Amino acid sequence: MEEAYRILQAARAKDRPTARQYISHIFTGFIELHGDRRFGDDAAIVGGVGRLCGRPVTVIAQERGETLSERMRRNFGMAHPEGYRKALRLMKQAEKFHRPVVTLVDTSGAFCGLGAEERGQGLAIAENLCEMMALRTPVLSVLIGEGGSGGALGIAVANEVWMLENSVYSVISPEGCASILWKDPSKVKDACACLKLTPQDLLRMGVADRVIPQEKTFEKQCESLQQEMDEALGRMLEYTGAELAQRRYDRFRKMGVYSE
Amino acid sequence: MLKPSNFKKSRNQLEGYVPGMQGEKPSVPQRLYTKCPMCEELRPTEELAAQNGVCPRCGHHFRLSARSRIAMVCDEGSFTEWDACVQAKDPLEFPGYAGKVKAARLKTRENDAVVTGEGRIGGARAALFVMDGGFMMGSMGSVVGEKITRAFERAVKKKLPVVGFTVSGGARMQEGMYSLMQMAKTSGAVKKHSDAGLLYITVLTDPTTGGVTASFAMEGDILIAEPGALIGFAGPRVIEQTIRQKLPDGFQKAEFLLEKGFLDMVTPRAALKNTLAELLKLHAAEEA
Repeated sequence: MEEAYRILQAARAKDRPTARQYISHIFTGFIELHGDRRFGDDAAIVGGVGRLCGRPVTVIAQERGETLSERMRRNFGMAHPEGYRKALRLMKQAEKFHRPVVTLVDTSGAFCGLGAEERGQGLAIAENLCEMMALRTPVLSVLIGEGGSGGALGIAVANEVWMLENSVYSVISPEGCASILWKDPSKVKDACACLKLTPQDLLRMGVADRVIPQEKTFEKQCESLQQEMDEALGRMLEYTGAELAQRRYDRFRKMGVYSE
Repeated sequence: MLKPSNFKKSRNQLEGYVPGMQGEKPSVPQRLYTKCPMCEELRPTEELAAQNGVCPRCGHHFRLSARSRIAMVCDEGSFTEWDACVQAKDPLEFPGYAGKVKAARLKTRENDAVVTGEGRIGGARAALFVMDGGFMMGSMGSVVGEKITRAFERAVKKKLPVVGFTVSGGARMQEGMYSLMQMAKTSGAVKKHSDAGLLYITVLTDPTTGGVTASFAMEGDILIAEPGALIGFAGPRVIEQTIRQKLPDGFQKAEFLLEKGFLDMVTPRAALKNTLAELLKLHAAEEA
């Protein structure tokens, strides 16, 4: 119980590295690409092209921002529909040029506001789930902090889903869960334990494929991630596009627990 | 140690049925007279049921059970149910979950929040999934995800169109991440069905929100909503808490979504069966 809460706090720590820091350490020559070509550019999602150990890749990441003003500009990593649409545009582009896709997941959730609803937040995420499932190129997702429900899943329908040792992935925020269960949002610790949101829990449940151990320094962390990512993408690239889509479907197809 | 007895019973309307509130819920209960929540007119329950739960005075659409909807749109005797025995487990040993499922089963006499199968609508064959809002607010856990996925997979094999009725408060918290993963699973199945060149019509009913809106509810080729249905990603209360202001009237209602371009049509219940039948016939594969 204490452990889950400790991991949640580490995942939410203000001083931990955000997506753009990972991008600049893991990928070389990253060029950011903007806009969804429909409505606008959502700064909560950063996307672009770069190289991973020399191999061209498309990178899509949720960025919470480092300073307060940057956080406000990026809406604390909570994307609007245009963010998800930008992500999809870049993923389709990656498919066209046979580039693997790496996504870095770090959001407390998709934004819940007037504009987000008016512009079809539900539809935007739904389209991403459909299209990512059929993407004929490797997709690798890494949770680097908080994985908040549908807002996280909207860029995480991947062939492999990895979690940093200090990250969480949850169907609902522990605060939301506590307020529903006990009418008391402060019982976050108890809720954390109930929700099974830690990397080890999710590895056991088959929701995560790998837990990335915490390294002593950020540089070392990025080095190990870079190596592991390169190896994983190399393995995935041995399959055809159609096989990759089918394997992704099969990965999610078996999830769920029921009796009959 | 966490034990179910540590926790107070949920009082959240979205999470389950609250004792004592039954009479206030906009459904058609088993009583002689029913009051319309919109125009407050009292009508014999039998008369309302004969009108498929539409208030004859103001046209308010009451919420309906999955079985009533099937009876409403399928030709008599044409519906064959699929996967009726799939039942929820409690994989997270979540406080109070087993009891809630049991209570919902007793209340709705359904095994979970969706009924799937095959039937004919105005003579046209279709696979159907119909969600039941009476079962834990139509929340999506492993059973809902699995049954809907199987319905789409079977529809691909049988070359059938799918007609789906949605009503949901979102993903079922009590099954944790297994629930969230059902969004991806069902979306994958919808995509395969779509790539096979088959038609998928969604009928969005009040309320359709959360993880269901953000997956299979919005993925139809044709989106139909019932008048006045609330349809959104976040629920109105969550939005009000986030932006700290009241929502404008009619926000997230079917008519609002139609205006914003997210729906093909808002169709009153009386015209629904014909509309579905016509659309299905229009897309029917030529008989070999």
